[in-house]
Amino acid sequence: MKNGYLFAAYAATWIIHIGYISTIVSRYARLKREIEELKKS
Amino acid sequence: MKKAFPILGVLTAVLLSYALYQALVVAPTEQTMGDVQRIFYYHVPSAWTAFLLFFINFGASIYYLAKRKTAADIVALVSAEVGVVFCTVVLITGPIWARPVWGIWWTWDMRLTSTLVLWLIYVSYLFLRRFSSGGQTPLLAASLAVIGALCVPFVYFSIWFFRTQHPQPVMGGGGSIDPRMLHVLLINWLAFSCFAFLVCWSRYRLEKLQREIDEAHALHSLLAPRGSSR
Amino acid sequence: MSTPRTAPSGITRVTLFKDLRLEWRSKDAINSMLFFSLLVVVVFSFSFDPSAEESRQIAGGLIWVAFLFAAVVALNQTWAREIRNQVLDAYRVSPAPANSLFVAKVVGNFIFVTVLEALMTPLFIVFYRLRALGPVWQLLLVGAVGTWALVVNGTFFAAMSLRTRSREIMLPLLLFPISIPAVLAMVQATTAILNGEGARFWIVLLVTYDLVFTTVCLLLFETVLNAE
Repeated sequence: MKNGYLFAAYAATWIIHIGYISTIVSRYARLKREIEELKKS
Repeated sequence: MKKAFPILGVLTAVLLSYALYQALVVAPTEQTMGDVQRIFYYHVPSAWTAFLLFFINFGASIYYLAKRKTAADIVALVSAEVGVVFCTVVLITGPIWARPVWGIWWTWDMRLTSTLVLWLIYVSYLFLRRFSSGGQTPLLAASLAVIGALCVPFVYFSIWFFRTQHPQPVMGGGGSIDPRMLHVLLINWLAFSCFAFLVCWSRYRLEKLQREIDEAHALHSLLAPRGSSR
Repeated sequence: MSTPRTAPSGITRVTLFKDLRLEWRSKDAINSMLFFSLLVVVVFSFSFDPSAEESRQIAGGLIWVAFLFAAVVALNQTWAREIRNQVLDAYRVSPAPANSLFVAKVVGNFIFVTVLEALMTPLFIVFYRLRALGPVWQLLLVGAVGTWALVVNGTFFAAMSLRTRSREIMLPLLLFPISIPAVLAMVQATTAILNGEGARFWIVLLVTYDLVFTTVCLLLFETVLNAE
């Protein structure tokens, strides 16, 4: 029963890390789009 | 340089998986706390990584104040951000560990309280970076980083003395550690350090790109043809 | 060769006396601060029942939280006058050392906040029926050293906040985390002295804190003032 906490702690850790990494990835994608637009103009 | 990233990524993923296996399967079960104690193998390395990153922030900020190199400013920003992420992990896994073991979510124990104050200091640093405007941000942020870093010994000292006067249960246990557990702990620390390095590297590249694009935008509007504004 | 007026200490003195004189003449700030002090103590008395024994035990904490409020209110308007009259730009251009301005501001704020504390303390003593079991001079020492800790960092961060959006929220946002060790020390020292116990560790910590942060703020103020 206590192992639910163990799972929760490990899951929380990775949720936080993946959350942060996904902000980096999405900002990167947005910047790539901006570069395309800058190249055109 | 860029080729190295995917290779390191795969290596780190393998290392993290191995470390996870070590933490969940290989490490011996703790006597009093049982399997819940394995949270320790994520909680402690995250704390050490956060402290290392905040130390890097201090170094980069001092370097920036001395030499005014943009790269140092970006390193300071990146190390603070990723440090806060790891610090958040510490503050979340701590209570999740405390609850089944001591029955309470928070005890104001020395380590957790100090980590909370550290988190507050560096979050305020990130707020300053967000709320200040362009040209001044690096200098203001570097100054705040130096002040924040100098505050850290005071934080630890004051809370330590406070706790000796008003003792509370100590999370994470003191005293000696089984060598097999230490081994697993160090493996996890190595894995998370590699992971932190990769995250910092990505964030660094993102920030450099962002600044280059901002400069390009600024140049673009400066060079825009005269007749475009009516 | 610098005359007494243009020497660094002279600039500090002149700036300080100018600030004090302006505050005294306007009396706006003084009157509103008087009323503010009373309000704070009354609100605290309604929030933390003075007749309850527990409240008297946490009186040390209550008083310092009240002082912290007062300090933030005073600090927020530290540079207001300078901003209105573009004094800071003039300062940047002049050869006057930035530290003179900083010291003048810190001392001015220190005096201002001390006046507020002097107004609030008798009210707290009366409302909470406080009695000091330890020596009163130690309480005064803690008051002085603690107030300096808040004011020196507060003045520095107020200058930093000038360059940010949401100026008023930025000051407490930056000041509170950094001040946590000092506030812990002030509260613990005050509570210990009120209960007749020793507060030496906390006083030494506060004095060390003051020395370290006054030095750092003096070293970095010029950077912050000229950041562009």
